[in-house]
Amino acid sequence: MYDLANPDRFDRFARAATPWSAAGALLLIVLGLYFALFNSPADYQQGESVRIMYVHVPAAWMALMCYSAMALSSVIGFIWKHPLADVAAKSTAPIGAAFTLLALITGSLWGKPMWGTWWAWDARLTSVLVLFFMYIGYMALWSAIEDKTRAARIAALACIVGFINVPIIKFSVDWWNSLHQPASVIRADGPTIHSSMLTPLLLMGFAYALVFTTLLFMSMRTELAERRIARLEAASRAPSQVSVT
Amino acid sequence: MTKRSRRIFLISALFGVASLAALLVLTALKGSVAYFYTPSDLAALAAPPTGILRLGGLVAPGSVRFADGSDATVTFLISDETASTTVTYKGVLPDLFREGQGVVVQGRLNAAGAVVASEVLAKHDETYMPKEVADALKKQGRWQEGETKP
Repeated sequence: MYDLANPDRFDRFARAATPWSAAGALLLIVLGLYFALFNSPADYQQGESVRIMYVHVPAAWMALMCYSAMALSSVIGFIWKHPLADVAAKSTAPIGAAFTLLALITGSLWGKPMWGTWWAWDARLTSVLVLFFMYIGYMALWSAIEDKTRAARIAALACIVGFINVPIIKFSVDWWNSLHQPASVIRADGPTIHSSMLTPLLLMGFAYALVFTTLLFMSMRTELAERRIARLEAASRAPSQVSVT
Repeated sequence: MTKRSRRIFLISALFGVASLAALLVLTALKGSVAYFYTPSDLAALAAPPTGILRLGGLVAPGSVRFADGSDATVTFLISDETASTTVTYKGVLPDLFREGQGVVVQGRLNAAGAVVASEVLAKHDETYMPKEVADALKKQGRWQEGETKP
């Protein structure tokens, strides 16, 4: 595992792993959606609308997971100055933002038939919206600062401070009266969801996780290639400038 | 102190201070972060709130009355374990609205202490199961609607 911390080794590993990860994601999405849409029961309370859960809940899990991964990479990048960790954090942000947006949109589509409203300013919904803005802010920091080393340092600090929001999102439904219901799967006394509905949910969860690794490998390799190009350009420019002056 | 341990110290301190700030803000906001009052919260207030408020709880079984005529006005009680509040509402109710269901209403208190609601939202709980399982569990007396874990 430690060997992968070398950017060239990581690049070779990611190139080999991407098609497998993509194939696994595709397989699990097809299987998961089949169970979610055709081979799982309607809920005793929510009826067929419960099927929105199978695309909404994994997106929300990934929104939190991506931010946590980004914060961990930021800590490693900030303390040990490891460029690969910076690249990992930077590449995770747009993927996490997309999952967060997906969770917000599917949640809104689910809220209208069940709660009777597209949006409510309750603690869970609001804190997830804040998470989305934090992803956007993090990406804005990277693109606003020219020098990559400086950008990595400042973005990492912002990301680490913003990690406080993650436990707030997770526990918002327990700490305050909220319209959103408490957790059904990740809770101390075990899931409160019937196994016939938990199976498609977990399949979709693994599918989303593989979508994440696929996109992460691709975007990290792109970022590594861009950095290599920038280094080569800088190296080829430097001697010619000397000869002109 | 090496440069690395200085960086470790820096981010730990930064995260600590930011967590403390978040904790203080959330403690200060405790009342207003909650999405709704419960009927007992409302009863415990010294003076009834004059502005728009949200009230949440269970629709008391047997309390839902539809007004005669065509104006679709509905009256019901929202209750928690210890208190209940009357709500009147004119409009379309969400699909999940029924007796015993968790709801959140938004409106103003009238002179009689009832909430005149402009919006009724239904909550659903964190229990998911097929209808047949729910029926079977109810028949065996092992679970009732509103309980979290069967």
